[in-house]
This record gives sequence, C-alpha cells and structure tokens, in this order.
Amino acid sequence: MTDAILPRTEAGADSTAKRLARRHAAERRFQIYGRLAILTAVLMLGTLLGSIVLQGTPAFFQSEMRLEVDFAPDVIDPKGALDPADLRRADYQLLITKALYAQFPDVTGRKDKRALKQLASSDAGFTLRKMVLADPSLVGTTQSVWVKTNDDADQYIKHGDRNAKVEEGGRLSPAQVDWLKALEAKGDIEERFNTTFFTAGDSREPEQAGILGALVGSALTLIVTLAISFPLAVMAAVYLEEFAPKNKWTDMIEVNINNLAAVPSIVFGLLGLAVFLNVFGMPRSAPVVGGLVLALMTLPTIIIAARAALKSVPPSIRQAALGMGASPLQVVLHHVLPLAMPGILTGTIIGMAQALGETAPLIMIGMVAFIADVPGGFTDPATVLPVQIFIWADAPERAFLAKTSAAIMVLVAFLIVMNALAVVLRKRFERRW
Amino acid sequence: MHTGVLLGTLLLLMVIGYFMGRSRATAVAHAGGTRLHSITGYYGFYVALWCGLPALAIVAVWSIAQPWIADWALMSSLPAQAEALAPEKLVFLVNDLKAYATGLKPADQIPAEMLPAVERYQSVQQIAGVALWVVVGAAAIAGLAYARRHISPQLRARNQVERVANLIMVAASGIAILVTFGIVLSLLFEAIRFFGKVPITEFLFGLQWSPQTALREDQVGSTGAFGAIPLFAGTLLITFIAMCVAVPIGLLSAIYLSEYAGPKLRAFAKPALEVLAGVPTVVYGFFAALTIAPWIRNTGESIGLEVSSESGLAAGLVMGMMIIPFVSSLSDDVINAVPQSLRDGAYGLGATKSETIKQVIIPAALPGIVGGVLLAVSRAIGETMIVVMAAGLAANLTANPLEAVTTVTVQIVTLLVGDQEFDSAKTLAAFALGLTLFVVTLSLNLVALHVVRKYREKYD
Repeated sequence: MTDAILPRTEAGADSTAKRLARRHAAERRFQIYGRLAILTAVLMLGTLLGSIVLQGTPAFFQSEMRLEVDFAPDVIDPKGALDPADLRRADYQLLITKALYAQFPDVTGRKDKRALKQLASSDAGFTLRKMVLADPSLVGTTQSVWVKTNDDADQYIKHGDRNAKVEEGGRLSPAQVDWLKALEAKGDIEERFNTTFFTAGDSREPEQAGILGALVGSALTLIVTLAISFPLAVMAAVYLEEFAPKNKWTDMIEVNINNLAAVPSIVFGLLGLAVFLNVFGMPRSAPVVGGLVLALMTLPTIIIAARAALKSVPPSIRQAALGMGASPLQVVLHHVLPLAMPGILTGTIIGMAQALGETAPLIMIGMVAFIADVPGGFTDPATVLPVQIFIWADAPERAFLAKTSAAIMVLVAFLIVMNALAVVLRKRFERRW
Repeated sequence: MHTGVLLGTLLLLMVIGYFMGRSRATAVAHAGGTRLHSITGYYGFYVALWCGLPALAIVAVWSIAQPWIADWALMSSLPAQAEALAPEKLVFLVNDLKAYATGLKPADQIPAEMLPAVERYQSVQQIAGVALWVVVGAAAIAGLAYARRHISPQLRARNQVERVANLIMVAASGIAILVTFGIVLSLLFEAIRFFGKVPITEFLFGLQWSPQTALREDQVGSTGAFGAIPLFAGTLLITFIAMCVAVPIGLLSAIYLSEYAGPKLRAFAKPALEVLAGVPTVVYGFFAALTIAPWIRNTGESIGLEVSSESGLAAGLVMGMMIIPFVSSLSDDVINAVPQSLRDGAYGLGATKSETIKQVIIPAALPGIVGGVLLAVSRAIGETMIVVMAAGLAANLTANPLEAVTTVTVQIVTLLVGDQEFDSAKTLAAFALGLTLFVVTLSLNLVALHVVRKYREKYD
C-alpha cells in the first residue's frame, strides 16, 4: 500500500491546512453547543426560581392601615359587665367600619359607605377582639390600631404604580383608590411582615390564608412515611444484601424493587384509593393514608440507597467480626449497619425530600379538599404543602398568585435544607476504605 | 387512637418482658452455676418476642374481623321492612345508622324502628373493644410468663431470636412484591369492571373521549364516549415536545461537563442541574401555567398565531426542562463508563476531541444513552402535575402543539377528584387509564433496563 501515500505537494499541504481549519472550526462549534446547552439549563433554572421569588416576595408582606378605633361600650359590651363570653361574641367589625366612617366623614351615600367599609379586611375584627380579650380595660377607650386591608386594596398598594391595569384601580373603584391615597398621604398605610401567612390555615380570603395547616399536614404525613418506610427499607436492604441466597425468589424481589422505583407516582395514588380507602375503609384526606401511600412510594428509593451503603462496607469488617465469633446477625447489627448508617440516612433524607414534594398521589386520596383548620392528628382531614400550592394556583384572586409563589418558596426552602443536610451528612461521615 | 394506646401498652409490656428475661437468665445461671448458651440480652429478646408477637397477631386478626361482626350484628337486627330494600339503598341506610352509632349524627334523631339495630351495633362495638383489651392483655402476659419459665442455661435463645429476626426481614423484603401485586390487582380488578361496561376495543381504538355519565336516562349525549386515542395522542405529543427539549440539552451538557468543563464550571453546573431535578413537579406546573403559557400565548399572538392558553407546547417545554437533569445524569454515567483506552486510541489517530466524542464515545455509549432516553420517556408519560396544571381538559385529536391537548394522567386526576360513586364507568375509566399507564411505563422501564444492562456487560 505504499503507493497510497500521496507525495507532499504544495496543493496537498494546502488542502490539509484547509481541512484542519474546518475540523478545528467543527471542534469550536461543538464546544459552543455544549456551552449553550449548559447555559440554557442554568437560564431555565434561573427563570424558574427568579420568577417565583419575584412573584412570591410581596406575599410575605401585608398592607395594614392605621385606624383610630373607638372601643365603644355600647357595641362590644352593652351590659357593661366585661363578661368574656359577651366580649367574645361582640361585633368588632362594626368598630372598624365606624372608625373608617370617622376617618372619612364626608362619605355619605350608602353605596359609597359600603365601598369604604370593604377596604378593611373582613378579618380585621378578630384583631380587635384579640386585643380586647387580652386587655378588657380597652373598652371605652380610643386606640390607634393597625388592621389589615382587604386583598384588592393590598394589591393596589403593592403594585399600584407598576401595573397599568391596577393603576386604574383594578378591582377597586376610583373612590376607593382616592381614599387609599388619602390614607397613604397621611402615613396611615404601611406594609408589614405578614405573620398570618405562617400562623393560619387555608382561607377563601387571600389576606387571611396561611400555610400553617398545610405545613402541619405535611409534617404529620412525613412522620407516618418515615415511621413505615425507614424500618421496612432497612430490614429489606439488610436481608437482600447480607443474608439472601441467590435464587429466583430474591431475583424477583430485586426486579420488583427496581420497577417500583420507576412506577409513576399517580399509580401509587390509584393503589391508595382502591386499596386503603375502598377496601380497608380508611378515612379520606387523612395524613395516615397519605403517609402510607408515600411510604410505599419512597420504599424502593431508600432500599436502593441502603443497599449501596451496605455494599460499600468492606468484607474485611465482616470477616473480622465473624472471626471473633459473632453470629451473622451480630455482624450486621454491631458492625456493618452502624458503618453504613450515614449512607442509609442520606438516602432516607433524599427519599423524604421526594415525598415532601409529591402531589399527585395525595390528590388521588382526597387530600385536595379545602380545609381551613390546622389538623390535630393523623386521622384529621388535612392537606399538604404541595397540594396547597396546587389549590392556590387554581384560585381566581390575584392575591393568591403571590401566596402560591410564597408557599413554593417555603417548600423549596425546606427541600434545600433537607438536601443540604444529606450533603453534609455524606461529607462528614463518608469513609473511603 | 384506641389502637394506638393498646399498641403502646403492648410495647411497654415487651420492654418489661425484656428486662424480666434478662434478670431471670442471670438468676438461673447463678443458681445452676453453669454458663448460659447465649448472652443475657438474647433471653430478654426471647421473652419480649413471646410477649409481643402472639398479641400483635391477635390485634391484626381482630381489627379485620371486628367490623365484619359489628356489621353482621347491625344487619341481623334491622327491622323487616329494611331487608326488603334494594341493595344500594340498604348500603345508604347502614352508613346512616353507623353515623348515628358513632355520634357523627345526633343520636336523638334516630328513627324509632331503627333503634334496636343501632343499639346492638353500639353494644357489639363496645364489647369488642373491651374484649380486645382483655384478650390481648391475657395473650401478652401468658406469652411473657411462658417464655420466662422456659428460660434455662441450655435454651438456645440467640438462635431462636435470630430465626425470628430473619423471618421479619424476609417479610419486609417481600413487601415490594406485595405492593406490585397490590397495584396490578387493584388496577386490573377495576379495569375489568370498566371493560364490562365499555368494550376494550372501543377504549383502545375509539377516537372520541367525553366521559360524561347521564344524570337522567333520556339526556342528550347521555352515553359517554370512552375512546382513549385522543388521550394517547396528547400524551405522546407532550412527551415528544419534552424530549425535543430534554435530549439535546441534557446530552450536550452531560458531554460538555464530562469531556470539556474545568473543575470550576463543573462545581457550579452539576449542583444547578441537581437543583433542577429536586424542584417538586407542582412548582413546574405552576411555572408552566402562570409564566410560560402566557408568554407563549403573547409571543404567538404577536406574530399572528392562534395559541390556546392551555397549549401542549407550554406543558411540553416545562416537562422537558424537568427531565433535563434526568437525561444528563444518566448519560453522564454511561459516558464515564466508556473506557479511557477508546479515547486514547482516537486521540492517537489524530482525532480532535469533538471527533472522538462524535465518532467513538457516543457510538460506544449509545445503548446506554438510548436506555436513559427510554427511562426519560417513561417518566414524561407518567408525569402528572405539570400537565394537570398547564395542559387542557379538552380531548382534541391534534398534532398542533399550539392547541390544547389532554393526557392520560390529566384525565385520571379529573375523573377521580371530587365526589365519586364507585360503579360509574366514569370512575372506573380512571383505573383503566391507570392500568394502561402502568403497563406502558413498566414495559419501557424493562426494555430500558435490559438495554442498559446488556451494554454494561461489554465493558465491565
């Protein structure tokens, strides 16, 4: 094949140089494609997180207005006995209304009065009630009180000058906008940190809605999930990794576990609906059922992680223990399992983080109902944080948009903490044998 | 709560049993002057297990049997006119009476003729509750006493405890099989009932999907249509869009990160991809519905296109975004598994890096990449929240990504949320869809795992 080698002519060198240039250009192009791909992925992540933080931050604040409230005895304590039962029942919203009328004495028409009344949250009366119940001597005095505005006013105050549509008042009438502007000019309107968001359950009124109910529901559900899946997964992993003989039965278990890990989560929801609710008659919307379903779902994840952790413990440890006369179970319980525990815990935390973010199977078992109360036990109707996000995302009020994003921020914060914990655990206890 | 207290008491008894067994073993050894067969702790566990396991078994059997017996007691003391009722009305009546009995409804509203049945039900429940405590307590204490008396230096406590522990572990690993069976059976059972109402051929090949059931017999359009082809088409369309986003971006970023990127970029980009993987799907759904969909709509309208606000494009794009880290981490694994010697050989022949990647590494890693993509497809098909929030409900049979389409998972959720009767074709249809979903994703996974495994054998 010697004649295949071309003589190095000027023209040949030229074409080689050309081809080389082409090949280098292709190399550069390929690198640029790679960079673009990473850039796109990072940009997508940035857009996702950025848009949620931008939309969600306002929900952590709530506009409040300062009113000179006259705690008139004839409204809240007509008997004059300061009886707590009477004080609890009284119509505090009327005080708010009166204070608003006093603030704008020139508002007279019935329609105008109603519009004015609406500026305050329908929750504002509760603030007063709490004050009076804590300190009954307030009755008969006049206090300046900060109360929440309703959600439309809140939206106007927050976004008024940014959004043209709301600039015209949005859902507020021009008169209402003028009143708000008057209050604002006097410094009687302020945006304050929204504690209700963290201390209340769900509500139809955006300014009264909070995530506490969903948070407690998530916690209860995760407790059930952890209590069921962790011991089962560890036992299964120990058996499969340390004791199981190689036969058809264990092969079948292994194939099953790998397949379960890839079954769509909604199918687990169908299982929960058909088996736990319809066959066993367990209560709908209860954290205990949600926890069970999520436990079945996270089981394969934890088993796979636990097996990897057990596998990474070197055989020499086992042989040494066996040589000292330990029984096989003692070898595992006293030596292998403690050494594998950091890895197992890391896998468990990651599985729990997955369970915390899961929505679809819980919708199937009815955790999507509107529940205003904070659940008190494992069988109370409850909802969880991701489902709360789903419910709010569907709500028509504009203010819920911000609430949804804020709830997402809380959820993601929890997930970040959990994953960071897993990383720290891995870094701190990881051992190279 | 009642069972919780019972189980707590049982646990306490087991702890007591453990200590009793341990001290008994020491005492026996001292008295006999011999050495024990096992460490004292094992005698403790031996007693605790004898105390706990039989009692637990009784609790389990009891909690299954008690509702049956109580129901039987209620039914047998119903007045004669109730027995003549149609079965479904009888179920209503029984549920009603149970609500009275458990105090969910005020007891003073019970119809007089039903009173004996309710009282019988209550008394059976009450007696059963007390009897459970007595029986379980007796079993626990009997087991404890028996095991304690049985302790002797010759007793092979360790072997027995370890055998029980082994059995418990076998049972725990059998749960995975049980769950698979549970899924298959529950889906199959309901799906067969559905196919009894709607022929399977109509479900699989019908072109019309409108799962309404009639409120009145003579209603117009009262017969729902259960042809699932539009759902399959919608699912495939959205999956296809998702793959068009995820495969190039995921694959290219995996290649760049493993072959080109310096440690700095890798330290930044890898965690970023992991964050993308950790974001809950409901967040993606919210992002798709409230950020991407309006954006696509506005962009489309500004260039004169008609875009539905629930377009398949928005859902597909965001789903692709969700799947990027999945594709990239799987391809990363297979690319790293390609032996360095192949790369070195290509470099030795004078190939540039990109030529090595395109002509050596990717062909060598192709089976693994294909397997990864199949897994990603199965994930996209089963994904629920993004499509529930961003894709539509209307079952359009279309290939236009700008129109609203619906998917299998969306329909499952819509059919099952809210009030449901468990006999209507509408609810059962959800299970038939679930079965289809399960079968499709399972086959995809099996094929993918097979492809990946076959490839791995080559280089290990």
